[in-house]
Amino acid sequence: MRAPTIFGLCAALLVGVGLFGLIVDPQPLRKILAFNVIGSGVFVLLGAVARRGAAVGMGGDPVPQALLITGIVVAFAATALAVALLLRLFNATGSVTLSADALDEVRPDDGNA
Amino acid sequence: MVLDIITVFAVLTGAFFFLAGTVGLLRFPDTLSRLHALTKADNLGLGLVVLGLLPQAGGVSAALKLVCVWLLVLLASATVSQLIARAARQLHPRA
Amino acid sequence: MIETLNAGVAVLILALAIFTIATRELFAAAVGFIAYGLLLTLVWAQLHGLDVALIEGAVGGGLTGVLVIGSAARLRGTQVTASAERLGASARAAAAIVAGVVAAVLAACVLALPDPAPTLAPQVAANMTATGVGNPITAVLLAFRAIDTLLEVIVLIFALIAVWSLAPDGVWGGRAGPRYDADPNGILVYFARILPPIGVIVGIYIFWVGADHPGGKFQGSTFLAAMWLLAARAGLTDAPPISRVWVRIAVVAGPVGFVVIGLAGVVTAGAFLAYPAGYAKPLILAIEWALMPSLALTLALLMAGAPQRPGVP
Repeated sequence: MRAPTIFGLCAALLVGVGLFGLIVDPQPLRKILAFNVIGSGVFVLLGAVARRGAAVGMGGDPVPQALLITGIVVAFAATALAVALLLRLFNATGSVTLSADALDEVRPDDGNA
Repeated sequence: MVLDIITVFAVLTGAFFFLAGTVGLLRFPDTLSRLHALTKADNLGLGLVVLGLLPQAGGVSAALKLVCVWLLVLLASATVSQLIARAARQLHPRA
Repeated sequence: MIETLNAGVAVLILALAIFTIATRELFAAAVGFIAYGLLLTLVWAQLHGLDVALIEGAVGGGLTGVLVIGSAARLRGTQVTASAERLGASARAAAAIVAGVVAAVLAACVLALPDPAPTLAPQVAANMTATGVGNPITAVLLAFRAIDTLLEVIVLIFALIAVWSLAPDGVWGGRAGPRYDADPNGILVYFARILPPIGVIVGIYIFWVGADHPGGKFQGSTFLAAMWLLAARAGLTDAPPISRVWVRIAVVAGPVGFVVIGLAGVVTAGAFLAYPAGYAKPLILAIEWALMPSLALTLALLMAGAPQRPGVP
């Protein structure tokens, strides 16, 4: 099997593994990690597509690869925002549960938490 | 041809040192001895890999960049292993 | 031989991803994720995407890893409440089926990709000489799809504003993170004095060489942001209060310059972000030089997080 096919199949399995982790794990930071695994699986899939477009002396089709650079940076920005939200939730309530009844006990937060 | 033999031999020896460091990580009893195994074996392994890749580098500047990589990894791993060791000492103080 | 190597790397990546998802401890999952991100760099090298490999190693492995390890350390005590909420066996089986179906559909798409593969490489190669850059990815990012780069930088600023808005009321406009301090004669301060000059030179080099070889401003600005973060962690510098005017001006200066050049393109070349003939290379360089400091500051402030200390004493 050629490299793009191997890594494309690997990427499909990565998306599956990440999706399972996203649904199953209750801890929000693990959900963020699983979401990043899904994202990187999608990026590798697009990279395999780009590799198959190698022509005129370039190693891969540059347009998908440029979009991938954009995608990786935007995925980092989303992860940073998600982690900031999670830490704010932790500071405000003292735990990181996402269940609805626990969020009724939000402490008033004057910045000293 | 001789250069290729040097490359293969040096990279294989470096890989063996990485393997030895990993065996130390898995088998040693506590954090400090694991750090010792990792730092020594991995730095030597990386140095041998870099040495093996030097004949394949396409010019002096590429070879210098390879050596710079090894020196930076040396610096970073020495710093990090000292910091981890200090943290481990604070968590599990010994008499 | 090379197929065996590729298969080995793919199996290793899958094993690390499964470990990250399945392990019980939060900190172990964070460390596994960092190793996974660094190994992905190998995958990119095998797929002949060296620019993507650089950004994946720097941002995906490095910056995301620091973010995740920092938050895993702060959330270490929440393991008990989290494990009390684990899903039952039937829900996990249903999730496994859903994940399996999605993976199977994607695998079928991979195996059904058209052969010969459609590609835009010939068009990029034909039009690249007009832009004056030698790296086709830089040409795509800054000449053919410059609107994507502009929107990406604006998305980064939106994310930064959202993170800043998470400040508690008492420290609105303050400094991010605790005040780090370390032993002035210790190894961390020594490291933070030695590495940043080297890191800044490497970052500017990667940015400069991105015009003709793999590299570019995203990779270079990640280096600059990481060096600032190292100096801040060692206590040699502090996070700026986000209410300061220079912080806000520095963050938006790059995109504003980008938009100004784009609007100038409407006047001189007929379309937004079009470059007049012969001026492509200088304009591309101007955009990159304007974006680089803003990008480095934005990435560093995203890493620093929401304010936790008052800005004015």
